[in-house]
Amino acid sequence: MNISTEISDRNIKRRLLKDKIFTYGMISFAFLSSIPLFLILYELILKGYKQININFLFEVAPDTMDAMIAVSNHEIIPGGIANGIVGTLIIVGLASIIAIPLGIICGTYLSENAEDRFAGIVRFIVDMLQGVPSIVLGVIGYIWIVKPVTGGFSALAGSIALSIMMLPSIVRSTEETLKMIPISLKEAALSLGVPYHRVMLKVVIPTGISGILTGVMLGISRIAGETAPLMLTALGSTAIQTNITQPTSAIPLLVWEFYNDPNLVSMIWSASLLLLILILCLNLGAKAIAKKWKVQY
Amino acid sequence: MNSEKIFKYLLASSGILIVLIAVGIVATLFVGSIPSFKEYGFGFIFSSDWNPTEGRESYGALPFIIGTLMTSILALLITFPFAFSISLFLGEYFKHGKLPSFLRSVIDLLAGIPSVVYGLWGFYALRPLISELGINAQGFGIFTSSIVLAIMIIPYASSLGSEVISMVPGSLKEAAYSLGATRFEVVRNVIIPNAGSGIFAGYILALGRAIGETMAVTMLIGNSNKIPAGIFDLGNTMASLIANQFGEAEGLKYTSLVEIGLILFIITGIVNLLGKLIMKKLSA
Repeated sequence: MNISTEISDRNIKRRLLKDKIFTYGMISFAFLSSIPLFLILYELILKGYKQININFLFEVAPDTMDAMIAVSNHEIIPGGIANGIVGTLIIVGLASIIAIPLGIICGTYLSENAEDRFAGIVRFIVDMLQGVPSIVLGVIGYIWIVKPVTGGFSALAGSIALSIMMLPSIVRSTEETLKMIPISLKEAALSLGVPYHRVMLKVVIPTGISGILTGVMLGISRIAGETAPLMLTALGSTAIQTNITQPTSAIPLLVWEFYNDPNLVSMIWSASLLLLILILCLNLGAKAIAKKWKVQY
Repeated sequence: MNSEKIFKYLLASSGILIVLIAVGIVATLFVGSIPSFKEYGFGFIFSSDWNPTEGRESYGALPFIIGTLMTSILALLITFPFAFSISLFLGEYFKHGKLPSFLRSVIDLLAGIPSVVYGLWGFYALRPLISELGINAQGFGIFTSSIVLAIMIIPYASSLGSEVISMVPGSLKEAAYSLGATRFEVVRNVIIPNAGSGIFAGYILALGRAIGETMAVTMLIGNSNKIPAGIFDLGNTMASLIANQFGEAEGLKYTSLVEIGLILFIITGIVNLLGKLIMKKLSA
């Protein structure tokens, strides 16, 4: 009797110990994964803040010679990333103009015809599009636009590639949001004799606008930092380029160029910092919208 | 009445357009890789030669397929304990409060950092460390890229897991507790059998992400066109090969790169399909 309680006592102690070890192990592993984030932020801020000033936003990227002279004199490299900022605005803006209407319409179609077989196929394809590697979309942008349409690298080609990339998140968020809107709302409008399309455009979509906007902003933040597809499509440019059929720069492309040019290497951190701030703002904005204008019923 | 019809057609036509885009992507990749397929046939997949020297041109995809699978699978293995811990932490142990919401924001931020910035960090912070440890002379290679990839896919690997773990019915867990099970035993005997396939689906989808990742890998893998001898060797992935060589490619090299794009597209497609199938089985 005495021996057996002793054994079970030890057994319980061992199980409790195991439980404790597991719990602490899990907590430490979970928080260890946040370390890289802080290391990256630390590196970016520490090395990047020196370069950021007004000129950084309004001047184009310096050429290698100027940068070399400045570095050898221990001065801050002159110039900024204005060509990248303008390029990113143009490329991302154009991609949004293409993807947002198509995405919202398609999401509406999916939520309105949820049981339809064709809608099932479209839903499946949207899911698959979400998984296509960005570099493959770069190849597509090159074959579709760079070669036949613009006859050379262009912002348009980059926009097409990025618009395909942001489409799935807009479609899915529109569909999910519209599905949550109660049918009674739609029925009330229809019973007043409002035609179907006006019900959709004036009642259903405005009600779900916050969810749709969240999806749009997440889609934009997903493409704003993309480099790989732009390397095959927009290529880059040293001057501010507003013609969408010409090679155009973008902030992530500039980071890549600075990285490859030993004289400009000290500008990578500030350019990355700016890019990160831009993306974080988009992310936070999306979250704020989702929180503030949540569809409530 | 008329505008109503137009509206309905407009909705349906957007669906048709999406289908056309997808069909167009597949068709474009197929057509683009016909010349190289005619030249090499299926041997392209198994040839380990990548030689762009004029006159002795020869292209094969094997080193890049192997390099891609090695980096992404290794990344998934590295990420596993971290992602699983996060899933458990957010889905079971601490659902509400300040710490979990802090962890959630950290994961959101990790997902928002662009690939090229991860690459920079890997190059300037991680690579010197790897070379210091004597793992690899310059710190480049499959291992280095896998570590950075592992960090990048943490958000994707952990989010689905925490969702399915939080959906494990409370009655099951309570039944186990009432029998005297410790929390660890509940995790092992109730939560993992219940949520296992969902957690697994999350890892498969994260693997799909890792396979298609370009910039960070390009900056760290060393870009050698040979079959890597081990995880500490240099290598190359399909995505980073395209990023590096597509710009100036012409003729046979160009179509070979398009075919590599097609193979990459098919592999990620299969991986994603697998993840989706597991998820579907789960919800059914």
